[in-house]
Amino acid sequence: MPFIPHTEPDVAAMLASIGAPDIDALFDEIPAALRAGKLTQVPAGMNEMQVTRLMSERASLDTPLLNFIGAGAYEHHIPAAVWQIATRGEFYSAYTPYQAEASQGTLQVLYEYQTMMASLTGMDVSNASLYDGASGLAEAILMAVRTHKTSRRVLLPATVSPIYRSVVQSVVKLQDIELIDVPFDAATGTIALDALQRHAGSDIAALVIPQPNFFGALENVDALTDWAHAQNALAIALVNPLTLALLKAPGNWGGKGADIAVGDGQPLGAPLSSGGPYFGFMCCKQALVRQMPGRIIGRTVDLEGKVGFTLTLQAREQHIRRAKATSNICSNQGLVVTAATIHMALLGVDGLRRVAAASHANTQALSALASGVHGVKRLFNAPHFHEVVLQLAKPVHEVLKKMQGQGVLGGYDLSAHYPQLGNALLVCATETKTAEDLQRYVDALRHALS
Amino acid sequence: MLIFEHSRPGRCNTAQAPDHAATTSGIPAALLRQDTPLLPEASEMDVVRHYTRLSQQNFSIDTNFYPLGSCTMKYNPRACNSLALLPNFLARHPLAPESTGQGFLACLYDLQEILKDVTGMAGVSLTPMAGAQGEFAGIAMIRAYHDARNDSARREIIVPDAAHGTNPATAVMCGYTVKEIPTDANGDVDLDALRAAVGPQTAGLMLTNPSTLGVFEQQIQHIQKIVHDAGGLLYYDGANLNAILGKVKPGDMGFDVIHMNLHKTFSTPHGGGGPGAGAVGVAKRLLPFMPIPVAGKEGDVYRWLTEKDLPQSIGRLSAWMGNAGVLLRAYVYARMLGAEGMHRVADFATLNANYLMAELQKAGYTVAFPKRRASHEFIVSAKELKDATGVSAMDIAKRLLDKGFHAPTTYFPMLVAECLLIEPTETESKETMDAFVAAMKEIRAEAFADAAMVKGAPYTQPVRRLDDVKAARELDLAWKP
Repeated sequence: MPFIPHTEPDVAAMLASIGAPDIDALFDEIPAALRAGKLTQVPAGMNEMQVTRLMSERASLDTPLLNFIGAGAYEHHIPAAVWQIATRGEFYSAYTPYQAEASQGTLQVLYEYQTMMASLTGMDVSNASLYDGASGLAEAILMAVRTHKTSRRVLLPATVSPIYRSVVQSVVKLQDIELIDVPFDAATGTIALDALQRHAGSDIAALVIPQPNFFGALENVDALTDWAHAQNALAIALVNPLTLALLKAPGNWGGKGADIAVGDGQPLGAPLSSGGPYFGFMCCKQALVRQMPGRIIGRTVDLEGKVGFTLTLQAREQHIRRAKATSNICSNQGLVVTAATIHMALLGVDGLRRVAAASHANTQALSALASGVHGVKRLFNAPHFHEVVLQLAKPVHEVLKKMQGQGVLGGYDLSAHYPQLGNALLVCATETKTAEDLQRYVDALRHALS
Repeated sequence: MLIFEHSRPGRCNTAQAPDHAATTSGIPAALLRQDTPLLPEASEMDVVRHYTRLSQQNFSIDTNFYPLGSCTMKYNPRACNSLALLPNFLARHPLAPESTGQGFLACLYDLQEILKDVTGMAGVSLTPMAGAQGEFAGIAMIRAYHDARNDSARREIIVPDAAHGTNPATAVMCGYTVKEIPTDANGDVDLDALRAAVGPQTAGLMLTNPSTLGVFEQQIQHIQKIVHDAGGLLYYDGANLNAILGKVKPGDMGFDVIHMNLHKTFSTPHGGGGPGAGAVGVAKRLLPFMPIPVAGKEGDVYRWLTEKDLPQSIGRLSAWMGNAGVLLRAYVYARMLGAEGMHRVADFATLNANYLMAELQKAGYTVAFPKRRASHEFIVSAKELKDATGVSAMDIAKRLLDKGFHAPTTYFPMLVAECLLIEPTETESKETMDAFVAAMKEIRAEAFADAAMVKGAPYTQPVRRLDDVKAARELDLAWKP
């Protein structure tokens, strides 16, 4: 039997110690009427060779195509060392570091991670992770409302991922928080400042500022942050951490800096893997740290004065504060954070900048090439980072299907979420794409539109 | 030594990044970063050595017996990891067409079917990313159910005092108030208190069974009737599902909605604090409210069920499909166990717990509920030992680290003084448990002979006991050069 080491003499000796006639007797407190019969829908067990065959066959059905989809999950090269080390048993099979003395490895990794994230975002502190970027944004909004005290209204612009907005809605609606849409400027694809100005003077708890936004366009983050602060609202930065190697850090936005920075850490070493596991990150100003959800690691000393690391500010958390906790979160995404820390350490500042710059340059090149195809035009004129919106002369789903026939995943169809944009396609070319790949994309696009 | 202290200006790993120069022609200067983020400049070998050495400063299942109560630290089979990391699974974008993910979707669909059977529920959604998010989904479904019936005056969730802290925290996140009810001397829910607590304001009851006290709730059929008669729904916290896997189905106990911690019962790793997976199962009347996406099957083709298929869904809880790679690991584990293996998980988890409880009693330790069967875990109270010697549950926990064992869960549940919650799991051998009992005997002897020595433990770890007060008062949450 897999993973159960007992021999028959073991079982006999153990039952004798307990004073029970057989194992079944150990379940005698369960009312007989409740005892389950045989499991009918669970197949018979498989050995490792059989299950390897099964999973290999399943995986072979999922042959990857040349991918130009981004929209919140990005294909990047991950150094071989990252997951080899992260899946060492000592990291992989440890629990949350409650016993600090026997968990210094995990705790120090998380402290280093917090340092890296706080620095990348230009904020004072980071927590040890949340589930993902979308649920992290929901937590940031709850945190902003707790902090603000008078308002339960939050501005959530249409340039935030529609998938994220849907997740936020699922989470915060149960606490009677009002999410207010802010439309985007049709020419630039960024938050329309005149539409925002209509909310001036109303009691607003927070403004969410995406950078780059869902269209890949760069928002005027300084003006938006200052506007939020002028309204006595918190500025929540929703950022892609990789782009912060090049872009202004949220802590430096506007006169006072954003108050909370959140996002998805996937671009820092998590494989695409059909959507997970990734991780959400959250950083904030020092003054807000006691409102932060999730685990936080602190550096301290032991009773001999030696430096060590431990979980801290646990009085915010559910296992202490119960109904008054800042969130119900306990398990987060520790192992993926471990991978991200190793990833950032291996790439360093220069490596992350190169990855970000190459992704930016590839997307620019793709945009220029694609714009030369008959029936394609670039939709927005704001500067963009590593995604761009193309408007096509034919329905996007038809074009994507034809491109798939050529072995190319052509991008994300925006027409369901943004019908006002017509046949709009969101495209991403990261550093993983070569000049030949870009040409292949353009050829497939031309073929699909012809 | 921190990774930042290995850093030297100008040192970098040319093999890891593209050759592309870091130019930014299309971006206005005002949006660019002026400062340099604090990331290490270290060689690949420095980084590999640093994190390999850090890993060696951890206790883990792969290196130590880890009897952490309520956490189900069982062996995480290596095949589950390697098969979830097959290149085609890793390379697939979450928005890639369903036609390019039929293998992945088939695994998730099959996993849903397996979990439905073992829990006796009518439907399963795999999207919640941890137990706490599964709880959120479950209570949100209870609220959606009442709201859909225009029965929105139900504003209260009842939670036993022995519950995990996530239960009351979750109820509040879902907009409910919490009513706590006591536990009787036997470790069961106080039925009179429950009868007094229910009413037209009751939205539901959250229950862990076996409870966090390590005993099976014997009055579950009465509890079920009291709550349902009052119009409330019954939530099953599946943290302790390992104890009854294949023995009792939560659906048969009358639960309307459950979450499972796949990172406990289905042996996906804990990873030093996640990623977990908190799949939810529902009875028929809650099917329309399940969180999306759910894996569906039409003929031989798999596809996502979304808001179009489940318009009353509580919605999405993550951008994509929860912790997809974790779900693949759980699927491989379930297929390796098969139906017969699932029954045996509960058998041997329960055998191990009852054996360990019996042996620790013989070694002089007080167990909290000596007249009850242990489920997959049990509680030792160190109160008598503390009264006699001053050595507390925390001291025992720290001294165990010196003897090569991870500590049990300490001071939870709070109902039992000087509490050690011990869960051996089915994957530990008799020899390992005997060695643990021997260590506990030694500690007891040490407590009487030299209590101060025990109170100073641990001595063999990378650090001695840490100053938690200083950590909280003089916050140092990020390194500064």
